[in-house]
Amino acid sequence: MRIAIIDTSTTRAAIISEGLRDAGLTDLVVIDPAGPLVAQIEACAPEVVLINLENPSRDVLEDFFAVSRALDRPIAMFVDQSDAQATMAAVDAGVSAYVVDGLARQRIKPVLDLAVRRFQAFSRLQAELAEAKSALADRQTIDRAKAILMKRRGLDEPAAYALLRGHAMKSNRRIAEVAEAIVTSEALLGDLP
Amino acid sequence: MSAEIFRIGFVPLVDAALPILAHELGFAAAEGVAIELVRDVTWATVRDRLLYGHTDAAHLVAPLAIATALGRDRPAVPLTVPFVLGLNGNAITFSTALGEACGLGDALSDPVAIGAALKAVAAARRAAGRPLRLGVVHRYSSHNYMLRYWLSGVGIRPDEDVAITVTSPPFAADALAAGEVDGICVGEPWNSIAVDRGVGRIALATAQIWRRGVEKVLALRAETATARPEAVAGLIRALHAAAEHFVRPETAVESATLLARREYLDAPVDAILRAITDRIRLVPGGAPIHYPDFMFQHREAANFPWRSQAAWLYSQMVRWDALSFSEKDAATAQSVFRPDLYRAALAGSAAPLPNASSKLEGALSEPIGAGSTQGRLMLGSDRFFDGRAFDPDDIAGYLAQLP
Repeated sequence: MRIAIIDTSTTRAAIISEGLRDAGLTDLVVIDPAGPLVAQIEACAPEVVLINLENPSRDVLEDFFAVSRALDRPIAMFVDQSDAQATMAAVDAGVSAYVVDGLARQRIKPVLDLAVRRFQAFSRLQAELAEAKSALADRQTIDRAKAILMKRRGLDEPAAYALLRGHAMKSNRRIAEVAEAIVTSEALLGDLP
Repeated sequence: MSAEIFRIGFVPLVDAALPILAHELGFAAAEGVAIELVRDVTWATVRDRLLYGHTDAAHLVAPLAIATALGRDRPAVPLTVPFVLGLNGNAITFSTALGEACGLGDALSDPVAIGAALKAVAAARRAAGRPLRLGVVHRYSSHNYMLRYWLSGVGIRPDEDVAITVTSPPFAADALAAGEVDGICVGEPWNSIAVDRGVGRIALATAQIWRRGVEKVLALRAETATARPEAVAGLIRALHAAAEHFVRPETAVESATLLARREYLDAPVDAILRAITDRIRLVPGGAPIHYPDFMFQHREAANFPWRSQAAWLYSQMVRWDALSFSEKDAATAQSVFRPDLYRAALAGSAAPLPNASSKLEGALSEPIGAGSTQGRLMLGSDRFFDGRAFDPDDIAGYLAQLP
């Protein structure tokens, strides 16, 4: 069963294909988002197409499917009403799927379930990455604010940190926010006596 | 009482104005309705969010509501359209090269004359093995049907003499700029943006093809309309009030500024303002010309969902999808449009309510008074450019006499 993966995120496309490959579905084609979509799909003639729900090319893709059906190559949307739960899960995860008409649904369901789990895993990864990035950025801002306080007020590092922390608690803000304010005002006013 | 929440999906277009204004200007709140807007760039995504409950309602191209109810390309899902969000407001924009080849001037010219010029260019391009490519926003869009109606009416066979492809509205100007298409039929502000970017010139307003063509609708899952009748009535009243406000000339700048915001259209205020005020810049650097009723969002009970509009869309679906006409499908298509819900929501208000639920489309060349159960209703000219009229009771006969 040939599966084509169309995704605006190449990372997510890689994560999905890895999952499908692990499950023994090795006939995969990852569509290059920078290349011509319809020509690539036409060339690989997939039986299942997985695409992210918000992909800007979906209207183009559906038109192609409709036209190719007129050319006797029937393709229908998989997510139908008969398995509402699986469909909801797919849409919630942000996956949309199209299959060649007549493909047995017991063959398609595992593919979709897997894609859903991979999409969810990708969202979790993204959230964790964003969190890690912002933690790192916070750390760097706090270090810079500490350095400014140490220089300007002649404090040592623990005292500079205690000052930041104390001010944050009093003003009910995060330490990183107070540090950000210090770094900003230093950038604007630092050259004043 | 807590507000009834409606999540409403939309594509960034000027005619998404009514739900946006209803939300921003308090018309929804006044009816006990809270609107949450969900922005998407493709109609497929707007439709899927509606079908699978991510949203409760959608700003939708009218033919897609009919296609969904009829199960074209997918299992059928019953939809309800209780309110039309507007008539027309689209244009056909040619690439600079095609505009020159067709001899476009700096005024809107006659659809028949432009058609004749386009026919010659299309034939030459086809003979050279590079047929013209024209982009529409969706297979099941009024844009597709209006463009095809015009082309076939001037002797150009869609799919044979010219290729018709799909491009989503926010990418239409890019497709034109990149030379992927030679022309686009799209809603505003995307034609004006293509002109302002210097990559195209507006050839026709779709209002020149059909003076009162049904465009976007408010679509709901039929079960929503059944389960939440009072809330849906409140939503209809809120949208009606927003429409009344939207068409007052003194509100245009405020509306354009609101719509331009990043979370809505994310587009220049000026281009949006021109569309709202029916002033269209046809040529890069040119002065905007005034074309009355370019967009038609409210007067003449424009928000009333005429069953005959649904019937016309069905006739075009039969025509271009090469279906056989079916009485049953025609009835299903017409039952998507729900004038009864519109009347029930606005009974007792100042809104004019038509007597009839269906009318001849394209039969009026002069404004005329129409029967109403409430208020005074005038209908303006609603002609098609070729003078044909559509009788919803004789779809088969109509189809037989089309080119």
